[in-house]
Amino acid sequence: MFNLRIIKHPILDFPKQEMVQFTYNGSSVQGVAGESIAAALHAAGIKMLRHSSRHHRPRGLFCAIGNCSSCLMTVDGVPNVRVCVEPLRAGMAVEVQQGKGTIV
Amino acid sequence: MIDTDVLVIGAGPAGLLAATSAARAGVNVLLVERSERLGGQLIKQTHKFFGSRDEYAGERGIAIAARLVKETEEQAGITTWKNAAVAGIYPDGVVVIACKDSFYTVRPKKMVIATGAAEKTMLFPNNDLPGIYGAGALQTLMNVYGIMPGKRILMVGAGNIGVIVAYQLLQAGVEVAGVVEAAPRVGGYAVHAAKLARYGVPIYTSHTIKAAHGEEYLTGVTVAKLDECWQPIEGTDRYIAVDGLCLAVGLTPLTELCWQAGCEMRYVAELGGYVPLRNAEMRTTKPDLFVAGDAAGVEEASAAMVEGKIAGLSVAADLGCMNVTNELEHAKKQLSALRAGPASAKIRSGLSQILIGEVS
Amino acid sequence: MQNIPCEERLHKGPVAICECLQSIPCNPCADACPRQAITVAEINDCPVIAADNCNGCGLCMLHCPGLAIFVVDHTYSQEQALVKIPFEFLPLPKVNGSVEALNRSGECVGLAQVIRVQKSPNKTNVLWLAVPHELAMEVRAIRLQKEQ
Repeated sequence: MFNLRIIKHPILDFPKQEMVQFTYNGSSVQGVAGESIAAALHAAGIKMLRHSSRHHRPRGLFCAIGNCSSCLMTVDGVPNVRVCVEPLRAGMAVEVQQGKGTIV
Repeated sequence: MIDTDVLVIGAGPAGLLAATSAARAGVNVLLVERSERLGGQLIKQTHKFFGSRDEYAGERGIAIAARLVKETEEQAGITTWKNAAVAGIYPDGVVVIACKDSFYTVRPKKMVIATGAAEKTMLFPNNDLPGIYGAGALQTLMNVYGIMPGKRILMVGAGNIGVIVAYQLLQAGVEVAGVVEAAPRVGGYAVHAAKLARYGVPIYTSHTIKAAHGEEYLTGVTVAKLDECWQPIEGTDRYIAVDGLCLAVGLTPLTELCWQAGCEMRYVAELGGYVPLRNAEMRTTKPDLFVAGDAAGVEEASAAMVEGKIAGLSVAADLGCMNVTNELEHAKKQLSALRAGPASAKIRSGLSQILIGEVS
Repeated sequence: MQNIPCEERLHKGPVAICECLQSIPCNPCADACPRQAITVAEINDCPVIAADNCNGCGLCMLHCPGLAIFVVDHTYSQEQALVKIPFEFLPLPKVNGSVEALNRSGECVGLAQVIRVQKSPNKTNVLWLAVPHELAMEVRAIRLQKEQ
């Protein structure tokens, strides 16, 4: 997977950060601990986050701050996690959620 | 049960100013913010702000955010909770806050709702494909996380947000295929449009998105020209290959808490949607409930700051602080001056529909 | 049309040209000028530059949130004028290199030589571009040439 991280920005400073490992549907991905899971996935070029319940339409980020529910994924077995506001931790297992997810 | 003088909900520019103004006047403030960072949308604004020195004009949004946050941290009398979302305002005046897997109950004497606004979306086939973002989402990716949102992006909306974010995309190294605007004119400031034009970004007025295309993610869009009746003109369809589409088509105030609290609300298109009726001191129809910032009507950061100040000083006055009248009158004049020009005609028209008492 | 200083003033030395022609609430340019050469009487007024008081220092250009102010110096040389533009992109062009000179519509109107690159603490860098005199009121942006 390629890396979409900005290294040099004309206004902002983005210091190089330590990467941690996590998985997306079982495949290994790297991200920065503490950034949102969605950001880590996006940096690795992963934009497809879940499929809608009725028509199985692919969904990704829309608002990126927790308002719209477009980004719900299953994280460490817990469904409906808003990955755009959930901080990444090393070893997380992130899965594309199909539909509404199961709570019990 | 936690008792406090003032509860400020939301730590964007309006909330931060409300908290510091009230605390400086001598009341106790509990400031709650649902995200893990204070500063609201200001933390993503890399451009220099307009207005006057009083609104930190010429400083970048990120610098203004840092300044406001520092003032809040250094101001005595403010308790700040992050990762704390207000879950409900109950009829007995008790507020429930969800924070770190627990619920807390708070009974404030006064409240300032400064919850901001959320992105609107647009209707067109495949508008839900990955790769289609609200403008704030692109700013979050680029300016908070340092991630390029795509290689080639088309911007929809030439209001201030659209033209500002299009420029920020250029700064992040993203190719901007163009800006599409349904109206016959650019709505944002001419200077913002000029910054795009001189770097070769085309602005297509009287154009709209007809459809987005792609299987698992966006690969392109079809745009079409609009006639004077806002209808697509036959034969003007054009395909533009992009891997990102940004919808900067307006914001709508986040007012769920105002509804819950029983404020009288009205739909005002010029302000972005439903807003609470309120007076020049930012007091709603619920006497102990004030509102400030985009939640009171979508405008901009400089107005949000001054509204926050007005709300903060007003709650302090309500609670018996004697020393605030001059500052309050000065803030109201400051706000009127900001809104006096032609660029604020829409805002003034919107406010006239919900302002209780004299027009400021 | 922006108020362009008269020919006589243009040939005396550098002068700021303000291309902010819309009434918006904004006045940091007036605050920034150390010689009070810019007036924004009411906050929604367009700035007016008193060209005879202006010495082309460019502080207004650094502070303008709209990046709408430029400095033009027709005394640079016989063949060339200097156009100073605000620039907030990376990579910065190399000094003494040449870049494509763009007009307000983003069209390339020729090449410009980069005389100086001033890095500003507020991140609005300034590029000094040497262009033919007749392009001084045209050139407002640059594009790096492919090899750079």
